[in-house]
This record gives sequence, C-alpha cells and structure tokens, in this order.
Amino acid sequence: MSIAKEGEVHHFAHHFDDADHEYESTKQGVWLFMVTEVLMFGALLVGYLIFKGLYPEVFEQGGDTLNWKLGATNTVVLIFSSLTMALGIYYIRIDDRKKALLNLGITLICGFIFLGIKYIEYSHKFHLGIFPGKYFHAEGFMPDAPLYFSFYYMLTGLHGLHVVIGMGLIAWIMIRVARGTYSSSYWTGVEGVGIFWHLVDLVWIYLFPLLYLVG
Amino acid sequence: MATSHAGENYINHEKGLWSWLTTLDHKRIGIMYMISVMAFFFIGGMFALAIRLELFSVGKTIVEAQTYNQMMTFHGTIMVFMVIVPGLPAVFGNFFLPIMIGAKDVAFPRLNLLSWYLLMLGATIAVSSMFFGGVDTGWTFYTPYSIKGSIGVINMTLGAFIMGMSSILTGLNFIVTVHKLRCPGMTMNRIPLFIWALYSTAIIQVLATPVLGITLLLLVAERVLGVGIFDPALGGDPVLYQHFFWFYSHPAVYIMILPALGVVSELITTYSRKTIFGYKAIAYSSIAIAAVSFFVWGHHLFVSGQSEVAGILFSFITMLVGVPTAIKVFNWVATMYRGSIQLKTPMLYAIGFMFVFTIGGVTGIMLATVGMDVHFHDTYFVVAHFHYVMVGGTLFALMGAIFHWLPKMFGKMHNEAMARLSFVFVFIGFNVTFFPQFILGSLGMPRRYFDYLPEYEPLNRISTMGSWVIALGFIVGLITIIHALLKGKQAPDNPWGSTTLEWQTKSPPVFHNFDSTPSVNGGPYEYR
Repeated sequence: MSIAKEGEVHHFAHHFDDADHEYESTKQGVWLFMVTEVLMFGALLVGYLIFKGLYPEVFEQGGDTLNWKLGATNTVVLIFSSLTMALGIYYIRIDDRKKALLNLGITLICGFIFLGIKYIEYSHKFHLGIFPGKYFHAEGFMPDAPLYFSFYYMLTGLHGLHVVIGMGLIAWIMIRVARGTYSSSYWTGVEGVGIFWHLVDLVWIYLFPLLYLVG
Repeated sequence: MATSHAGENYINHEKGLWSWLTTLDHKRIGIMYMISVMAFFFIGGMFALAIRLELFSVGKTIVEAQTYNQMMTFHGTIMVFMVIVPGLPAVFGNFFLPIMIGAKDVAFPRLNLLSWYLLMLGATIAVSSMFFGGVDTGWTFYTPYSIKGSIGVINMTLGAFIMGMSSILTGLNFIVTVHKLRCPGMTMNRIPLFIWALYSTAIIQVLATPVLGITLLLLVAERVLGVGIFDPALGGDPVLYQHFFWFYSHPAVYIMILPALGVVSELITTYSRKTIFGYKAIAYSSIAIAAVSFFVWGHHLFVSGQSEVAGILFSFITMLVGVPTAIKVFNWVATMYRGSIQLKTPMLYAIGFMFVFTIGGVTGIMLATVGMDVHFHDTYFVVAHFHYVMVGGTLFALMGAIFHWLPKMFGKMHNEAMARLSFVFVFIGFNVTFFPQFILGSLGMPRRYFDYLPEYEPLNRISTMGSWVIALGFIVGLITIIHALLKGKQAPDNPWGSTTLEWQTKSPPVFHNFDSTPSVNGGPYEYR
C-alpha cells in the first residue's frame, strides 16, 4: 500500500485485479483475524464458566465486590465509541475528512476514559489487597476467592491490552486520514481498525455481565 | 502486464542478502523457511540421535538423567513447533500455493514476511531457555510440573506462543489466497489436492492455535503472577490445562499430517500418469479430517481423570478420523491401479509413506480404544505410533516434496540414483528404529525415561542402530540436494510431465510466477 497524495487514486498491490478485489480480500483477512480473537477469549471464558460452575458462591461474592456502576459506565463509553467509530468510517467514505477525524478522535478519547475508569477500579482493588492467585491477601473472602480474581484480572487485562492496541491503531489511521491517504476510493484501513474496535467492544459486552452482574 | 526478460527469475530478480531479508515474494519467503526449517531439523535431529545413543545401554551411557530430560524436551519442541508444523505449509505451501492456483502472490505478502520473522523470534526465545536452567517438562509443558520447575519454561512457552502467531498468520493468508486469488477458470473443484490439504490445514491453524495461545499465556501468568487457574492449591485444576493444551495440540497433529496427505495425492497421480481417482472424495476428506479433529482431544486424557462417558465418546469420535483417512489411501491405491507407475524418488517416498502411514494409522485406532490405551498409555507404543505418523508420514512426504519440486524451485535436476539411495536408507532406518518400539511398548517399557529394565536392552540397541541409518539417509539426501544446486543439470520446465499449473511456468519461476495470468478450463490432473 503506497501512501497516495490527496486526491490521487489509490494504487492497489500488484497481485490483485483491482482496488475492489484488494478491499474484499483484506476485509476477509481482518474477519478471519477476528475469529482467532473470539477463540482466544472464548477459551478463557470457558475456563471462567467451568470454575463458576464449581464454586458458584465464590464467584457471586467476587461479583459483588466489583463496582457495577463503574462497569456500566465503561459499557456505555465503549458502545458510544463504537458509534463514533462507525461514523468515522461513514464520513471517510463520503470524503468528509474533518468529520471523520472528529469522530475518530472522540473514539480515541473514549478509549482513554475506559482505561481511566479501569485504573480507578484496579488501584482500589490493589489497595484492598485483592491481587490474582497466590498474591491475594484481602480479608473477609471465601477460600477460593483468589481464583475469581485471577479470571477477573486475566480477562480484563487481556481486554485492556486490546483496548490499548486498538487505540494505537486508531491513532495510526488518524494520522493517515490527516495526510489524505484515505478517501471515498480507498478506506480499507479505517474499516479494518473499525472491525477490530467493534470486537473489543463486543468482548466487553460479554465480560460486563459475566464479571460484574453475577452477584 | 510486464513480461520478464529472458533468463530472469525470482532468484536473480534482485541481488544481495538484504533483498532476501526484506522480500515480499512468496517464493523467496518459501526458500527462507526452507533454510530455517532444515537448520531446525538438523538441531532436532542431533537431539534425537543423542537420545537414542543414551538409550543404547542400561544405565548412564553418555549423559545424566537431567540432561536427558532436557534433550528429550528440546527434541520434541523443536521438531513439533519449528519443523513439522511450519515444514510443508510454510515451505512448499508458500512457494507453490499461489503458483498452483495461478496467482501472483499470497493475499498479504507483508504478513507473510512477518510470519517468517515471528517464527525466527519465537524460535530464538524458545531456544534461549537453555540459558535459564533448561526445560525438562517434555513438549507438552504439563502442569503442575511446568509451574514448579526451572524458569526456562517461561521462555519456552512464550517462544511457542509467538511461533503460534506465525502459524495463525500463515493460515489466515492461505485461506484468503485460496478464496480470493484463484485465476480465471480455477474453480474450487479444480484446485490441486495439495491446495485442498493446505486449505484444510489453514482452517485448523486459524481456529485451534488461538486456544494454544491463551493456554500458554495462562501458563506464563501462572509462573509470573501466580494466578492459580491450573494450580489445585489455589482452587485451580491441572486437568483443565490438559484439556486446553490438547484442544489445540490434537488438531495440530492434523496441521502436521494434512499437507503431507496433499503432497502424496500430487505425487501418486503424477507418477502413475493417471487422473486421480476420486478427486472430490480426497478433497472433501481433508475438510472432514479438519472438522473431526476438533472433537477428539479427550483421547489424550483417558487416564487423566476424565469421566467414562466422555472417554467412550472421545474414543468413538477418534475412530471416525480413520474413515476420511482411509478414503484417501484407498483412492491412492485406485489411482495407481493400471497406471503407468514411474518409480522416481518422489514416488518411492509416496509409496513408503502409504506403507508406514497405514501402520501409524492403524495403531492410532488401537490407541483410540479406551481399554487398550489404559495399557499402552505412556509406553513406547505411543512413541512408535506418533513417529510412524510424524516421521513416516510428514517427513517422508517432505522428502518426496523436495525431490518432486526441486527442479521447479531451483531449476536444477538432482542425481536420481543418490536420491533413491537416500530413500532406501531412510525407509529401512526408520522401520528398524521405530518398529522395535511398538514391541517395547507392548512389553510395558514406559516412555520419556532415561533408563530401562535390562530385558529391554536388545530391542533398544536395534532401535538406536536404526537411528544411525536414518541419519545416513538424511545426510545422503542433503548431499543430493547440495550436489543438485551446485552441479545439477539445467531442469526443463516440466521434467515429470505433470499437469498442474506450477509446471506450466519456467523453472525456476519468473518473478511474477507467470508471464501472463493463466486461465484454466479443466481439472488439475487430466492425464488419461
């Protein structure tokens, strides 16, 4: 992919028939990558469900410890950011670069808000001594409670890592939008990052009820 | 479209080491994989020879027990993650998949180069575990031992995680390439059977490897953060690790064998000079194997505390794998029937493959039976079984593929007599090495141990001597390849009279694979 000057037609890679062919192929690749993400989180969720079945009270107690209001706020933030992401793709497809940049920027800010809230939650737990597994030393919990928090930290940590990667990708396409790489004739990168961001959002939509609302 | 100059090909298109390390050309990336996989195979092979040498006599022969355990782990890990998994798909898949479907490259050339670098990075990190106390868990890294031993386990599993990412990206690339980049007239029912096999492999790579990824990540988290998900002391469950691990690693054995089955389909039809019998049956049986492979992992846990109902179900589903596999073997035999068979080296390897793979497959059915597995579990019978499939299967096919495609890849012909000699040594050495292990296993010799009871010594000696004959066979093979590259005669475009697309272009292929995009109006194997 060469970086085209503003207004220039996108040059597709040599092994494709035309730009549309390249777009369709890239999109299929992005979706396949999403399948691998779903399977990775899926395995972890299977582990979560197995242990939730084994120790239901422990997981209920763990869920009660979490602040569902902060979790719900984060859910709203991420769903809203998915909307602005979709709007970003819409505006680049009608060549409105300013509005596209504005919407992508809001998406990025939503990512920061999400991480900020996550930071408040994490530091509160660390303060109480709620660490994963063997480092757990909080008072007043059932014997197997550390296991719930192991899953909590693994799931939200892995998800948080994806949020950070997604934010990096959004920043990268914002630079490219500002440079004029994308236009109504070529927006593959924006859409690919969009698909990834929606998936990150979707994973959270599963994590929120499973972790926060089980209590 | 630009036509190439006379004599220009992918090798002399650009010059210098840097042009190779930054290349986006699938053919060059295939060659880079070939060199690295051969290097890994050499290291893994040295460990294998050392293991066999240690087992030559009762008691300590050359190394201490601890060193033996580490050598066994390195042999397994290197051979699985660095040789057999990337072997056929990354070397021959990369080189030939685009050419065989009439494409100019894979769908994502940059991703393709990235997967090679990821393999190198992962391999380096995995091997670096040698300097962190080594790893002696075996290639399966079973908990709880792997969370208690040396910290080298962290390097090893992180390395395997990164090599898994490489495998995912290759698979993803191949799926999109097969879907989107076929040339005009190349319908799905006209793609060569090697491509069907690679496609099925890619599906497993994309669907199963992420689960290995999270499993190894959890293992690292277990070591670093003490999360306890696999640790019973913290409420976790070590058997869950086995479930997760085999959910990937059983499908992964089909990542290892499916491309080999595809290669053998190509070889049998080419050297029988006859249209393949049952094209669709062979093609769809690859997909069937890929589909069934996801529901058989429990046969590794028959004695791990799995419920009996689960054991019986997994036993039954495992036996189902035999059906599509047998469909392939019967179709190959039917293809050879009344064909004009040419016993060239690749065909010898293909026939050798059918012979040993059938033994490996049938003993697989034996091990799938719960009652027998309880007896054979963790004995040399299992070791012999999977070496009959992985070495006798995948490595035989790999050798066949090398001698089949060498003229196309490098434009040089090999010395046929020397190549046949390599087959004779590999075939005889292989059977001498591993057949005694079936007997040892059925007599109860446990696997993975540094030592054994005195009554097992004679058969172990035979096995060790066999390993020297295999080594000789591979050395002769390597000399044949080097000799062909240095002194080989110029290869014609289609020395074997094959009908698939890669033989319709020049040897070696031009930079864009074809001077003009080919178009296809028939099946891949229209011999007679």
